[in-house]
Amino acid sequence: MFTEFKRISRFGYQSFMRDRGSSVATVFVMVIAISLVTFLMLFQGTAAFVITSLESRVDISTYFLDTVFEEEILQVRDELVKLDDVRDVQYISKDKALEKFLEEHKGDEVILASLEAVGSNPLLSSLNIRTWDSSSYLKVTDFLEESFGGLISKVDFEEREPVIQRLDGLTSGIQTFGILFTIILGIVAVLVAFNTIRLAIYSTREEIEVMRLVGASNWFIRGPFVVQGVIVGIVAAIISLLLFIPATLFLSGPLENLISGFNIFSYFLSNIFVIFLAQLLVGVILGMISSAIAVKRYLKV
Amino acid sequence: MIRFENTSKIYGKDTAAIDRVSFEVKKGEFVSLVGKSGAGKTTLLRLLLREEDPTSGKVLFDDQDIAEIPSGFIPDFRRRIGTVFQDYKLLPMKTAYENVAYVMEVMGARGGDIDRDVSEVLKLVELMERAEHFPNQLSGGEKQRVAIARALIHRPDVIVADEPTGNLDPYHTQDIIKLLATINGLGTTVILATHDKDVINRLGKRVITLDDGKVIRDEERGKFIL
Ligand SMILES: Nc1ncnc2c1ncn2[C@@H]1O[C@H](COP(=O)(O)OP(=O)(O)O)[C@@H](O)[C@H]1O
Ligand SMILES: [Mg+2]
Repeated sequence: MFTEFKRISRFGYQSFMRDRGSSVATVFVMVIAISLVTFLMLFQGTAAFVITSLESRVDISTYFLDTVFEEEILQVRDELVKLDDVRDVQYISKDKALEKFLEEHKGDEVILASLEAVGSNPLLSSLNIRTWDSSSYLKVTDFLEESFGGLISKVDFEEREPVIQRLDGLTSGIQTFGILFTIILGIVAVLVAFNTIRLAIYSTREEIEVMRLVGASNWFIRGPFVVQGVIVGIVAAIISLLLFIPATLFLSGPLENLISGFNIFSYFLSNIFVIFLAQLLVGVILGMISSAIAVKRYLKV
Repeated sequence: MIRFENTSKIYGKDTAAIDRVSFEVKKGEFVSLVGKSGAGKTTLLRLLLREEDPTSGKVLFDDQDIAEIPSGFIPDFRRRIGTVFQDYKLLPMKTAYENVAYVMEVMGARGGDIDRDVSEVLKLVELMERAEHFPNQLSGGEKQRVAIARALIHRPDVIVADEPTGNLDPYHTQDIIKLLATINGLGTTVILATHDKDVINRLGKRVITLDDGKVIRDEERGKFIL
């Protein structure tokens, strides 16, 4: 049993090494298939980042009247934190608001000049509230207006309502598209890889005939092809991994301009084991199953 | 050892490839099957290997009707017969040595036995120094000698050669025929199908002549006459 396995593995390895043309062709196609899957994984990762960052960017800003004391605002905050729907609440004092404003408009002479003309700090203290779910914003704003209406200058939510509603749609849109895209491209990749392996085996059908003729059992005929498929899968997975290092490094700059705070290269590196595992799995399973199915046609006794 | 008893093989409705053939081959004999192309030589050999079943009549091997061999034992049965073909049928991605060793490997022989037997049989066909060559690095005659070595490796009772010299020049043809005679001299029965006149006339062994699926002549020390 063990000798048999050893011999089958050696035959598979030898065919892989000796039949250069067909090995290169199948590895090449497999690299494309694996790269597609890797690309989709990275796409999903990017989409997930965009979704969460968009979600966390939307919040309720509650501006308090200039007459309200800081202690009162902090009390409101404590009340808010007790609500189940609320994720976190950030207090931004008048001074901090000004600091942020100056930071954001550093180069803008007109704004800075007009600010100076006002003389004092015209900005208001505020609480930035994030909820777990964008649908519960209305609940929180209602609560604020009912309980603390007298302290509040304005709640900056109405302006954002359409953004929040659109975001809900966008989020599920990206996810549906991503999954659909993954399925379609995955099927295409699998079919192309399968067909290439099928063709490679078709060209060896006479050899299969000879193997049968000299008394090889089905396992001795099919086994080496399966081993060869596994080797193709492993080699293709390694090549794909090596390809994605420079590719993501190259992409990380432009992509970071587009999606600030997201570095695709570090995302790739921090998930490298999971990604390589997926690449190996795709390569090995695809290679193995394609070979096993393709050779089956020529095994009739 | 081998007996055809009124054996016929009819393809389709009425193409009689083999037509009521009867003859016997004794152990250790060297028998040539001759006849024009289409006379039925290949069909006769395929019946012997049980790659085809006769339409009527029997084929007996050691007094057993081979049609009655259970399908699970057919590989064992076929190992008692070594086969050699016109187109060599070597595995192109394996060396001469590996082509011969392959037969033993798939039979589950031990590594040491394989080394010993393969070396021995390659010596017999005088291919020791070509052992590491691939088929496309060998001449036609050398390829056929590898094929014969492969047919011999599991020490079959019979070697069946179907036009083994069909693709060879006269020099290599004599080479292969001499080799088959040597193997026969060592005790293996040989059945050689050919339509090469010179081969038969030089051999001076038993000749069975087929025409249109029928045996029309069966002579000890025969000549090629059609
Ligand atoms: N599988 C088959 N189907 C139909 N006819 C066949 C088949 N095999 C052989 N024949 C016919 O049987 C006859 C004998 O063929 P064959 O045994 O190959 O002759 P030979 O080997 O002497 O040249 C030929 O007429 C051939 O066309
Ligand atoms: Mg023939």
